[in-house]
Amino acid sequence: MRWDWLPFYFPMLVHGLYLTLVLLVVSVVLGFILAVPIGLVQATGPAPLRYLARGFCTFVRGTPLLIQLWLLYYGIGSLFPTIGLAFPGFKENFMWLIRLDAYYYAIVAFTLSYAGYEGEVMRGAFLGVPRGELEAARAFGMSPWKVVSRVWFPRAVRQVLPTLTGETIDQLKSTPIAFTIPVMELMGVTSRIRQDTFLTYEPLLFLALVYLILTFILTRAFGYVEAQIPTRR
Amino acid sequence: MFFAAANIGLLAFGNTGYGDELFWGAVRTVQIAVFAYAFGIILGLCGAMGKLSGGKTLRVVLDLYTTLFRAVPELVLILLLYYAGTDSLNKLVTSLGFERIELNGLVAAVFVLGFVQGAYQTEVLRAAIQAVPVGQTEAGKAYGMSPFLRFRRITLPAMLPYAIPGLGNLWLGIVKNSSLIAVVGFTELALATRQAAGVSKQYLLFFLVAAAVYLTITMLSNQLFGWLERRVRRGQPKLA
Repeated sequence: MRWDWLPFYFPMLVHGLYLTLVLLVVSVVLGFILAVPIGLVQATGPAPLRYLARGFCTFVRGTPLLIQLWLLYYGIGSLFPTIGLAFPGFKENFMWLIRLDAYYYAIVAFTLSYAGYEGEVMRGAFLGVPRGELEAARAFGMSPWKVVSRVWFPRAVRQVLPTLTGETIDQLKSTPIAFTIPVMELMGVTSRIRQDTFLTYEPLLFLALVYLILTFILTRAFGYVEAQIPTRR
Repeated sequence: MFFAAANIGLLAFGNTGYGDELFWGAVRTVQIAVFAYAFGIILGLCGAMGKLSGGKTLRVVLDLYTTLFRAVPELVLILLLYYAGTDSLNKLVTSLGFERIELNGLVAAVFVLGFVQGAYQTEVLRAAIQAVPVGQTEAGKAYGMSPFLRFRRITLPAMLPYAIPGLGNLWLGIVKNSSLIAVVGFTELALATRQAAGVSKQYLLFFLVAAAVYLTITMLSNQLFGWLERRVRRGQPKLA
């Protein structure tokens, strides 16, 4: 075992950790915000929206994240330069879109993936809220919007919280996939170290240890948050 | 404009299109998933048995296995196991005085994914076995059934209703995770698609096709597991 590479690559690894964590936090927060309407629409929305949301969840949950990421980065991403060639105006105004860094594609793909998985969970949670409570809210003259914001959503979120832990840890464990479109997060840095130093195991073992610690911290943090929420059984 | 009729020709079979490459890639994906799943179930059953009735040392080892393997990303484990597995096999082979061997990619993929899968299977099966009331197996013991007969006649049929939903999720998981094998360079559906897309520059078309193939596999699997669950639940009270 050789570990002399560690000090030299340490700043790079720290930056990789930063990218991994930003990817995780941003995709989980945005994904959850997206998941709420996706779940609500499936529980109560008009038919076209309901089918759209259901189709989205089926697609996300039925295909590998790797394929979704490649579809977005190589598939959709390669369209922008093509459009730019055809319409010079597009190229002038949307150069940022053509030159968009792979990291942003990763954020979008991971956000949509989280929204798909969590949207399905939210659908179940919305449907699981006792009908009587919603009827009581309506009987008090609450507008449909107020029923959602005061009763339906808070009740559903509380049911979902325990599953959020598992989904978020799964999301953390998916982040190394981002290195396949060149993103220099933890896995990207690790594979760079492996190429530079010709070491097979040590960088991967180090990476495994980092993820072990991250999973542990995340589990503890979610456990703490869950314990703060009063429940009556 | 992106799906001109000529592009659809790229999906043809034979020398003019990539249809056959994608088809064989899909076959490989299903092969990997099926074999790795079977390997995982065997490991999981052994693991669950060990956790429930093994000695202290065995339980500690199994706890370590399930905890570590479920806390580290699959991709990292796949890379570690792939290189460690092929390396140690070759060390063994050369120390015995044979030539280095090139490990069959399919075998390596099945071994690696199955080993990761086993950790998850252990937990699902352990929970399902524990959900069977102890009195039922004790009744079997009282009638003088051997441990194997008890497992086959009582534990297995009684635990399946609890196990099937978890097993179904794990199956979907392994179909999707089999795409990670592309990273070590084994040509299954994901890598075949990427190669075809790279040569033809029709990325959107090919990745949409690959997504459709995965979606077909997972949706058919959902039907199958739904049927299985209804079957093992027959005779049980309806769920609310």
